[in-house]
Amino acid sequence: MLEIKNLHANIDGKEILKGLSLEVRPGEIHAIMGPNGAGKSTLASVLTGHPSFEVTHGEVSFHGKDLLELAPEERANEGIFLSFQYPVEIPGVSMVNFMRTAINEQRKYRGQDPISATDFLRLMREKKELVEMDNKLTNRSVNEGFSGGEKKRNEIFQMAMLDPKLSILDETDSGLDIDALRIVANGVNKLKRPDNATIVITHYQRLLDYIVPDFVHVLYDGRIVKTGDKNLALELEEKGYDWIKQEVGSI
Amino acid sequence: MEKQYINLYKQYHETIKKHSSSLMNVSRDASFALFEKLGFPTTKLEKYKYTDLTDALSYDYGLNINRLDIPVNPYQVFKCDVPGIQSYLYFVLNDGFYPVNDKRNDELPESVIICSLREAAEKYPALVEKYYGKLTATKNDGLVAFNGAFAQDGFFMYVPENIQLDRPVQLINIMRSDVDFMANSHNLIILEKNAKAQLLVCDHTMDDVRFVTNRVTEVFVNEYATYEHYKLENTHNRTTNLSTLLIDQKASSIVLGNIMTLHNGVTRNTIEIGINGEHCETTLCGMVVGDKNQQVDNYTSIRHNKPNCHSTELFKYVLDDVSKGGFTGELYVARDAQKTQAYQTNKNILLNRTAKMRTKPQLEIYADDVKCSHGATIGQLDESAMFYMRQRGIPEKEARLLLMFAFTADVMEHIRIDALQDRMKMLVEKRLRGELSKCEGCVICQ
Repeated sequence: MLEIKNLHANIDGKEILKGLSLEVRPGEIHAIMGPNGAGKSTLASVLTGHPSFEVTHGEVSFHGKDLLELAPEERANEGIFLSFQYPVEIPGVSMVNFMRTAINEQRKYRGQDPISATDFLRLMREKKELVEMDNKLTNRSVNEGFSGGEKKRNEIFQMAMLDPKLSILDETDSGLDIDALRIVANGVNKLKRPDNATIVITHYQRLLDYIVPDFVHVLYDGRIVKTGDKNLALELEEKGYDWIKQEVGSI
Repeated sequence: MEKQYINLYKQYHETIKKHSSSLMNVSRDASFALFEKLGFPTTKLEKYKYTDLTDALSYDYGLNINRLDIPVNPYQVFKCDVPGIQSYLYFVLNDGFYPVNDKRNDELPESVIICSLREAAEKYPALVEKYYGKLTATKNDGLVAFNGAFAQDGFFMYVPENIQLDRPVQLINIMRSDVDFMANSHNLIILEKNAKAQLLVCDHTMDDVRFVTNRVTEVFVNEYATYEHYKLENTHNRTTNLSTLLIDQKASSIVLGNIMTLHNGVTRNTIEIGINGEHCETTLCGMVVGDKNQQVDNYTSIRHNKPNCHSTELFKYVLDDVSKGGFTGELYVARDAQKTQAYQTNKNILLNRTAKMRTKPQLEIYADDVKCSHGATIGQLDESAMFYMRQRGIPEKEARLLLMFAFTADVMEHIRIDALQDRMKMLVEKRLRGELSKCEGCVICQ
């Protein structure tokens, strides 16, 4: 579904990704771990088309399409969803209006008619239950005045609403207490299907107890330097990243 | 520039007076003398430094000092486009009150007086004399003086004690002329104790000629009265709209002003609110959507002369192309006005590098036990919010629109007439989409 080949990307002229390759197939969960500054969030930004990043080299294809050619909204409507590390507050734009606009843009992109009011309300209700989201939150402006945990829950709610093919969870566990973490992870697991895939970007192993990955990749200095199964995450948790750095440095 | 008007007055002051009322004529010569001394305001004056009127006033405008009939019936040509708004409907056509001709107005409570100022001055001289010119008298302002010399009529509203109007009063200023034209009018609004009224003033232009309007409105809000003043400007690019709104608030009164400019040429609004009694509540809001070469300057002044009052001020501008905005927020707290709470906010978005905004909070606080704040920002649309929305599949153009609309939302929340609020939201959205947001009855809004 997603194929990244030798990806290089800059921000403000500084190279962050230095030849990253990765393949994700339907039904898979990939965890990307790595020390601070390795380029984890940059990967998420580049895949979703953030305008601050410049791709200097490499290819990314998504279901056979050249992803780098597409605008952020086109990538979203092709089925790529990013759960933001820092969800943005948008005062004055109500959650309901925001979600309805997003759903209808997606439907328009796919040549479908706008969603009916009753279907929309039903969908909202159903998906709110999935992440145990308070009704009050959806009546407010997007993320405005939400706590850290509520914002992350809202990301997963939006993910459920938009039903993406590929979800990228960028540090979704940061700022969550153990109960919120369980709810969020539970939501992600319930959305899991054989035809969609997930990339979990995380600094700690904690989240991977709940969302069990098929592959664990270590991202260091803009490249994937090691790939293993879920046990690699446990090993990293135990030993830290220094041994990886040494291993890489010795090559 | 002033010379032609000075000569006009000298030559025709008898005609001007003949077609006005003796009450309005009492101060006319003095106003003229003041105008002769001050002239039109220039950018050299601190109060007018954001608005250059040189170009707008350099044209040769006709004035209708002989009060010739204008062959149009606004009740027939103008359909208010606010669906569901039930209002008492009145017109000022160019510079004169248009005789009432609408069934809807029959339901106005009998004790309420709404008519032309000229008529009121003749029928209720004691009432008019008590209030007319009391707020303008102390203004050392060229435009107000000019209005005092040339205005012959205007809108008059009197709401007696304990009368609370069940629906808004709508005053529509229509400009209709085949030649470049200038209109001066003077409105007088009086709310007695515990009265309540909402006034919606709409500015429209019907012909594609140059217009200058110079309107002065005096409002007296007595004890426990509630007054809401909504001004919606939707005029064409060749209009210069000069307005002065002066409000006097007595104890425990509530005033809301909401000044919205959706489309215009050059606009200068002066809004001065004097809080002259304790326990008053004052809210002054405004919103501007400007593009092309539109100019909007809101000069506001709130004077807390008495203790224990609250005022909130909120103005927002969205400017595109080479449009220009100006805002001044003068806030004065007198030495005795303890326990004053006054909050002022002016936020502006410039959509490109050529639009300009100049903003100036100006606080003078002489009391020591007060809570006052002010904030002014000029910025662009939040890029991180833009990306967030685009990541959810919302195209860039639509995301921008949502953000601009959201930016103006809190000003629209301060519209306490539901039908007007709904209509405004629609007009603003259309305007931001770049479509014309004109009302049906407005012939030209290019």
